[in-house]
Amino acid sequence: MENIISVKNLVKKFGDFTAVDDISFDVKKGEIFAFLGPNGAGKSTTIKMLTTILNPTSGNIKLNGHDTADDADAVRHSFGIVFQDPSLDDDLTALENMNLHGVLYGVPGKVRKERIEQLLNFVELWDRRNSLVKEFSGGMKRRLEIARGLLHHPTVLFLDEPTLGLDPQTRNHMWSYLQNLNKEEGITVFFTTHYMEEAERIAQRIAIIDHGKIIASGTAAELNAKTGKSSLEDTFLDLTGKVIRDEDANATDRMRNRSRMWGGRR
Amino acid sequence: MKTIYILWLREIKRYLRSRSRIIGSLGQPLLFLLALGYGLGSVFAKAGEGNYFQFLAPGIIGMSIIFTAIFSGIQMIYDRQFGFLKETLVAPVNRLNIMIGRTLGGATVATMQGVLVLILVTIFGFRPYSWALVPVAILFMLLVALLFAALGATIASLLDDMQGFQLIMNFLVMPLFFLSGALFPLDGLPAVLGAIVKFDPLSYGIDSFRILLVNNGSFGLGLDFVVLAVCTAAFLGLGSYFFSKIQI
Repeated sequence: MENIISVKNLVKKFGDFTAVDDISFDVKKGEIFAFLGPNGAGKSTTIKMLTTILNPTSGNIKLNGHDTADDADAVRHSFGIVFQDPSLDDDLTALENMNLHGVLYGVPGKVRKERIEQLLNFVELWDRRNSLVKEFSGGMKRRLEIARGLLHHPTVLFLDEPTLGLDPQTRNHMWSYLQNLNKEEGITVFFTTHYMEEAERIAQRIAIIDHGKIIASGTAAELNAKTGKSSLEDTFLDLTGKVIRDEDANATDRMRNRSRMWGGRR
Repeated sequence: MKTIYILWLREIKRYLRSRSRIIGSLGQPLLFLLALGYGLGSVFAKAGEGNYFQFLAPGIIGMSIIFTAIFSGIQMIYDRQFGFLKETLVAPVNRLNIMIGRTLGGATVATMQGVLVLILVTIFGFRPYSWALVPVAILFMLLVALLFAALGATIASLLDDMQGFQLIMNFLVMPLFFLSGALFPLDGLPAVLGAIVKFDPLSYGIDSFRILLVNNGSFGLGLDFVVLAVCTAAFLGLGSYFFSKIQI
């Protein structure tokens, strides 16, 4: 099968900190791919580069046949994303958020209306469509983001810890919808999660990143076989160690901010 | 085109939904108008400059426009902090159109605010010398609003959080306002101040309001227009450039 995402020698440095250290991997078309790693391992940084909002220090990325550096617009047409942190406009209603997204992605008016109704029904927010997003709970916002990410029928859907803070019912509901979409429409799903059983159950292939390097990849069974453990959770701990990581993304962010505020001299 | 429209509409909706913002940003111009307009009125009249309230009103309109416009541009920092900026940045749309949509929206909001202040000062006794020129004055308000919304967006593209906000207020917005001739006549100024005033784009905006509303200007409407238009184009270009460089 052809590769829908192809990453070669990707590096991202913030000052002298290397967040992503020369990684290469491929995701096949129609695959459900899990990208796992402890906090601060480089997951979100990688996703930001895949989704064109952060420029790599070196290396290249092809998504749906387009290079993120040369043809960012074509890449942007190809994917949908549910970010780790909320990215809705709190002062607009659910419907207005959906509509704005549809317009930005050039979904024609009639199709847009139909799909918005269908998707909001699916995430069970249709009755609340005219409520301001700031009145929503965390779980409702997440559901709305998922609906929004699917509105333009992307070829690849990125989900950065999509199930964080969702109850098992919603989680289950969401995954069965996504698996169905994956099967019927061939949408490639690329997700990160901290729930290992979720990755084991849902993902067809897994890559584990730690300290900016990919340390293992394959199916859950292959990874388990490699370490001789019986569950992905144990495999993960075996591969990444048991030391608790501090998320130093904040420190990194602050450093980047400072360097950017003063015109990036460093 | 649709991108521009939908982002413009977003700004308008957000504005109309935040009543506290509308009312809150009327308080400051009102305070300036009443305290200075009435407080300095008699001194101004004794100096032979005429009615200070009439003189001050266009300056206060300019003040509400520059504050609202720059603030609406700066709001992009909130969008960055609360995540919405990412939604627009991953969308397959031209960055210039995002910038134009936002800036037009912010400028429209600032113009509405300027018109509100115009209505307010009229209630307190301000009389434009020709009602027919008021629509033209509103067009100039829009131009001034565009200029400063673009400036605000340019600054916002360079900052990541609100920590620099105080810096901008104190070292940019306040000087732009106080050195613009919003509060004092431009003739007979000390040479240094007179020269500084000429470098402040807001001076030309206030001057155009004064020409159109109370028939009392210094630079002439033609020069006002040229300076405002050139500055607006420059900041729109600069803002779009920095905006296109934003990374999250």
